[in-house]
Amino acid sequence: MAAPLTLLLIVAVTIRAVLFRSSWAELISERVEVVSPLNAWKRVVEGLALLDLGVSPYSGDVFHETPFMIYLFHFVVDYAEIVFMIADGITAVALYLSIQTYNKNVFRKQKYALESDRYPADCLELLRSPKEMFYIPLKVAMFYLLNPFTILSCVAKSTCGLNNAIIALFILCTLKGSALLSGILLALATYQSIYPLTLFAPALLFFLQRLYIPVNLRRSSFWFFTLQYAFIYVGSLVVITGLSFFLLGSWDFIPSVYGFIFSVPDLTPNIGLFWYFFAEMFEHFRLFFICVFQINVFFYTIPLSIKLKEHPVFLIFMQIAIISIFKSYPTVGDVALYMAFLPAWSHLYRFLRNIFLVSCVLLACSALFPVLWHLWIYAGSANSNFYYAITLLFNFGQILLVSDYFYAYLRREHHLTHGLYLKKKDGTEATLVLK
Amino acid sequence: MGLLSDPNRRKALTGLLTRLNTPICIVCYLAGIVWFMGLAFEPFTLRTYMSENAMGSTMVEERFSSGERALSLAKEFDAHKRQARGMPVEWLVKAMQSRGLEVFTQSFSRKLPFPDENKERYMVRGTNVYGILRAPRAPRTEALVITAPCSPGNTNNQAVALLLALAQYFRNQIYWAKDIIFLVNEHDLIGTQAWLEGYHHTNITGMEYSPLQGRAGSIQAALSLELSSDVITSLDLVLEGLNGQLPNLDLANLFYAFCQKLGVLCTIQGKLQRNDWDTAEGYTHAAQTMMLMVLKQACGRSWGDHGLFLRYHIEAASVRGINSFRHYKTDATTIGRLLEGMVRKLNNLLERLHQSYFFYLLPSLSRFVSIGYYMPAFGLLAVILLLRVSFPGLCHCFSVSLQPSSPGVLTVLTPVVISHLTGVALYLLPVHLQEMAVEHFPVSETEAVVLTAIAIYTAGLALPHNTQRLLSGEGTEQGWKVLKLTALLYLAVLLGCTALINFSLGFILAVTLVPITASITPHMPKALYAVVMVLLSPAFTILYCVFIYQELIEAPVSVSEGWMLFLSVISQGILDHALYGSLVYPLLALFIYPCWLMFWNILFWN
Repeated sequence: MAAPLTLLLIVAVTIRAVLFRSSWAELISERVEVVSPLNAWKRVVEGLALLDLGVSPYSGDVFHETPFMIYLFHFVVDYAEIVFMIADGITAVALYLSIQTYNKNVFRKQKYALESDRYPADCLELLRSPKEMFYIPLKVAMFYLLNPFTILSCVAKSTCGLNNAIIALFILCTLKGSALLSGILLALATYQSIYPLTLFAPALLFFLQRLYIPVNLRRSSFWFFTLQYAFIYVGSLVVITGLSFFLLGSWDFIPSVYGFIFSVPDLTPNIGLFWYFFAEMFEHFRLFFICVFQINVFFYTIPLSIKLKEHPVFLIFMQIAIISIFKSYPTVGDVALYMAFLPAWSHLYRFLRNIFLVSCVLLACSALFPVLWHLWIYAGSANSNFYYAITLLFNFGQILLVSDYFYAYLRREHHLTHGLYLKKKDGTEATLVLK
Repeated sequence: MGLLSDPNRRKALTGLLTRLNTPICIVCYLAGIVWFMGLAFEPFTLRTYMSENAMGSTMVEERFSSGERALSLAKEFDAHKRQARGMPVEWLVKAMQSRGLEVFTQSFSRKLPFPDENKERYMVRGTNVYGILRAPRAPRTEALVITAPCSPGNTNNQAVALLLALAQYFRNQIYWAKDIIFLVNEHDLIGTQAWLEGYHHTNITGMEYSPLQGRAGSIQAALSLELSSDVITSLDLVLEGLNGQLPNLDLANLFYAFCQKLGVLCTIQGKLQRNDWDTAEGYTHAAQTMMLMVLKQACGRSWGDHGLFLRYHIEAASVRGINSFRHYKTDATTIGRLLEGMVRKLNNLLERLHQSYFFYLLPSLSRFVSIGYYMPAFGLLAVILLLRVSFPGLCHCFSVSLQPSSPGVLTVLTPVVISHLTGVALYLLPVHLQEMAVEHFPVSETEAVVLTAIAIYTAGLALPHNTQRLLSGEGTEQGWKVLKLTALLYLAVLLGCTALINFSLGFILAVTLVPITASITPHMPKALYAVVMVLLSPAFTILYCVFIYQELIEAPVSVSEGWMLFLSVISQGILDHALYGSLVYPLLALFIYPCWLMFWNILFWN
């Protein structure tokens, strides 16, 4: 399997290298769908210039990257294009290995369950075959590397690609079972953009499942491991933050990065839901609605963790998707990360209900974003409402996509325990409804 | 969400759509056409009204009275133009300076990709002269532009003269709050393009020009004046700009309001307004006017000097004087007053024109159809594509193509790639191969470009369906369905985006492309459907548009003349793309034609 993956990497790098050299690169790096105030390359360059002048990069409200990021680029700014290509490669390989590991686990579990005769007889067609699972990791890597969204994000040199690489490495370490590395990488991801904080729950659930520790609040082993993992996580977070302080010698970055993410002062249009709403709102409601909007990202963790506590990897997927929909400055690079997981759930296909509609909606929206932007900004004939309408539709499509996969996953699990052909009490065919 | 999650209702809905698919599609198509034709019916349209406060309530009094002097200036200008065999730059500079303007010149040169046979030019070299009247009452951050093209021959002399007379009159008034720029440009659109690029410090079309020495504030609005006779019978308003962009409707309202006030006959598309909407003739007249606007907008070229201003977010329109055989004539003084009034009202603007509509169609000057009324006509056509996509057989294919180990995706990839490569060839080769073509065939450069384009277009019909069979073996039932699904979705997105930017183009393409693409399958009588498909292909659409346009402007042509016109339309389209960045040619070559080829591929799938 190494050969196709290498081939894929070469193709992906070639496409990116060609685009970097073409006249499109500049155009792409200006698109609001691809870069946000948080991760625009232009702002990184500005921060670097300030740093070289001996001024704090956070003075002037342009730069919102973390101190690690600016020191990373301080050394490799001349090789930025290569760094971004490598980051994409790392993400793809990490996702490839994680899904491979995950599939092995899934298959092993399925084998045990089959041997112990736990599946109803009519469910055999729902079981997964090694033949079908063989190409999934490669498809995942392909979905990430050749996704136009990733390519655009990479060509625009949006630092979103680096954040994705950290999250992908975190997933890999988690699935490989290394609690220490997983905790450290999760802390790093949190440090980069806060929102990955919600991935703590699925990672913890995964380790508990792996170590056969039941999720039981009265068991000491549960608390022992939870505290252990939380300690690694919080400890590394503190160390990383402390290091950043020593790097710059000031706490400037806290309000400038995390304050910026939470309070959403920059209302440049993007593909998210925040900008239009906060541009229209009366100032004295702002705090209240910021809380309401930000809670969205974190709130779903609790019900999802309860519902999916047996399936932490699917929970990771759900969480990443929710982050990319509800975060304050989303870009297409975030969308690309969770879309890479879709091939891993290809066995759910028969239970998906709206996948066709959703793919049409997402496709049409992607085409309409630049068109309506042109009409609004350049032609001056449309206005922000046109653009926001498409943003809403795009997010509606994403939410429908995620909830559809959620429903399909639960339904398959339901069938695996209760049999495929359900009957109502009176003997007629039953239908499952998600309520 | 009930509809999306309740399985029973979903089943009922899909059942209904499946059973009645074809009838629904036919009804939608007819309804779309009828809706569109209904737009010209007066009770369905809205009366135009002035939305901009700054231009509505403030009445201005027109006092311009030097029409006679303008006419004598025109004679003088004509004499100097003859003497200089082109634009009399020095005379113009002197004339403007003596009227108290700050005068500057800009020289430009442009080599066309191939000779323009309509206007007989290849290497273009010229000069723009412009004078700025500085506003006495404001910080000079905003400006208005009045432009008159200096055309060869003895056309447009009166326009330039009236411009100078107006400059002299305006100079003596104290109420100007915006700088007024008087621009006389040479080589019509090329000169305007050079001036605009110089003014805004951009270079998007590879023009060579000298930088502008003098500049005013950001331009709020522009009027272009075309006048070739001493007296006129009516004034025609031209709105259609580059890529089908239109100025804010308030500019048209302003023109209409002043024509009413001064009793000047005004037309749009050269058609007078009629009051008998309830008779068949009245309706036909309105429909013809609207169809003319649709055709002009669809072709995406700039129909006057104003068209290029629109790209820079400047509201602009051309006013064209027409002298026909009516008794009732209007003299130069009245036209001057009309312009004075318009400029004074524009001078009162506090912000850019934005209150009124940007998306509209005009069946007459006093009636308009807004986007909310005309979009359903396109929507009804586009929904057919979506209905055919959701056709269950195709939906099922989508599921299959997602399954592992299905050949679906790969078999589709070959025709898609080949069609697009043909499109790229159609886009690039005609201009690049002209030298080679001229060497080997006895044709001129322009003919070479057009004929190469037609040759590639025709060759594309033969190419794709042969190659895909070589690569993927026997075409399967599954294969064409997946291809059709892809192509339908592609066409729907493409037409949707086109219609948003240029409704007319999107609608015309939808009318011809939708019926055949929605119904095509490989199991039809091949010869018959091949003929029908070719007759409904994008190139033939252009040909029909040429004939319909000629019919509508009451200058019907014979078949051979029509063919010659068709050829010149193609060369003009390519030139417009190269010179001004019109997008119709790349859109047709790179997207619409490949998409159509994909359907052509389905017909010959086996």
